[in-house]
Amino acid sequence: MTGDATERGLLISPIKHGTVIDHITAGEALNVLKIIGITGTTTESISVATNVKSGKMAKKDIVKIENRELFKDEVNRISLIAPNASINIIRDYKVFAKKGVETPEFLVGIVRCPNPGCISNANEPIQSRFEVQEMGLHCLYCDWVITRDITSYII
Amino acid sequence: MGLCAGIPVPIPPGQKRGFMRHIISIRDFHRAEIDDLLDKAQKIQSRFDSSSLMGKILALLFFEPSTRTRMSFEAAMARLGGVSISMGSVEASSISKGETLADTIRVVSGYVDTIVLRHPKEGAARLASEFASVPVINAGDGAGQHPSQTLLDLYTIRQSMKIDGIHAGLLGDLRYGRTAHSLAHALSLYGATIHTISPKGLELPSSLVDELTRGGCEVINHENISGIIRELDVLYVTRIQRERFPDASSYFKVASSYRVTPDLLRDVRDSFIVLHPLPRLDEIDPGVDSLPCARYFEQSNNGIPVRMAMLEKVMR
Repeated sequence: MTGDATERGLLISPIKHGTVIDHITAGEALNVLKIIGITGTTTESISVATNVKSGKMAKKDIVKIENRELFKDEVNRISLIAPNASINIIRDYKVFAKKGVETPEFLVGIVRCPNPGCISNANEPIQSRFEVQEMGLHCLYCDWVITRDITSYII
Repeated sequence: MGLCAGIPVPIPPGQKRGFMRHIISIRDFHRAEIDDLLDKAQKIQSRFDSSSLMGKILALLFFEPSTRTRMSFEAAMARLGGVSISMGSVEASSISKGETLADTIRVVSGYVDTIVLRHPKEGAARLASEFASVPVINAGDGAGQHPSQTLLDLYTIRQSMKIDGIHAGLLGDLRYGRTAHSLAHALSLYGATIHTISPKGLELPSSLVDELTRGGCEVINHENISGIIRELDVLYVTRIQRERFPDASSYFKVASSYRVTPDLLRDVRDSFIVLHPLPRLDEIDPGVDSLPCARYFEQSNNGIPVRMAMLEKVMR
């Protein structure tokens, strides 16, 4: 999909109920879906537009999810890769609520620790746990810090 | 707090987290808590034998080889009047049947009053603290933390000088050496200046240097030890592991340039001391052993009062 196509309104139509995630950092739409747990096996109807022209950001991505309203913690995970994203909850084609994303304090079971020696990568009944810090994501098991390329570690 | 309650996780509404005293990482400690433990160790050393933990049982779960850590925990427990039991070798335990560490910890928790754990995986002790119903003491987890070693390192320094504001040199494998990492972190709490001297490729991880620097600690890297030795109060030597090098000759070439000899220590400060977590290979010349600045065997002996203090702290 291209910015021009979206401008003409051909590919992304309004949704009746659900969530629109707007102002996603260009190119991160698929990672946003991944981070909120929407994979290829989902039953929701999803629309994705990438590299859409935007006055605010030059280019942005948009994701529309029909018949699903995202919870706060789901929304906040998005801040890791798209801190400027805005969330619109749609009911009956109207914007029912509009909110930004807030960086969560902790991430549980969202990101895999890159340290192969970390116990969270062993066959143990635990989920990965990271503290979100200014310098990156701090593994609460092995103290490893992910400072870049966070999306490649999303579970 | 150093005696931490495990990893912060969301707690369901209405449910309270029970307070369990674990010792997992030196990073969990405030300076006052370290001082408190070292004071306690000092008091213990002056009387030494006690029966304060009579009737208590300590489990030693060592998934990796250990001589001094294991034996000193056993000796510390015996001196406090308690009993130690161990799981024996990994091959002879249920671990060889594929049991998870979490399950092992849950089961052993029912048998004892405290668990001392050494494990090859980083974060293993943190995991254990989440599943244990008794206190867990980390006795080394992979390349991660080894808080009892750090506490006895600090204790040994404190026997010779005030720790505040010292110039400490860290020499050797600073990339993989967990004792150097933990000590650097602890020294930063005392406003120490840290001087690093290590072979290329075995430098202190940049993430740790950043963290120390952000906390206000000055970290200075040096090409060789001879240029800085006269400025140091403490030299902490760590083993350069042969397996980090492609062949024996490249190891010997590097190792020899980081060797501490009596000649190197000729003009050091009067209060200067040399420490080493042991075991050593070739990094300290045996000729250094008889010098007054050589404190590494004393340091090893200090494992007893420090570990006695730790055991008392979590069990009483």
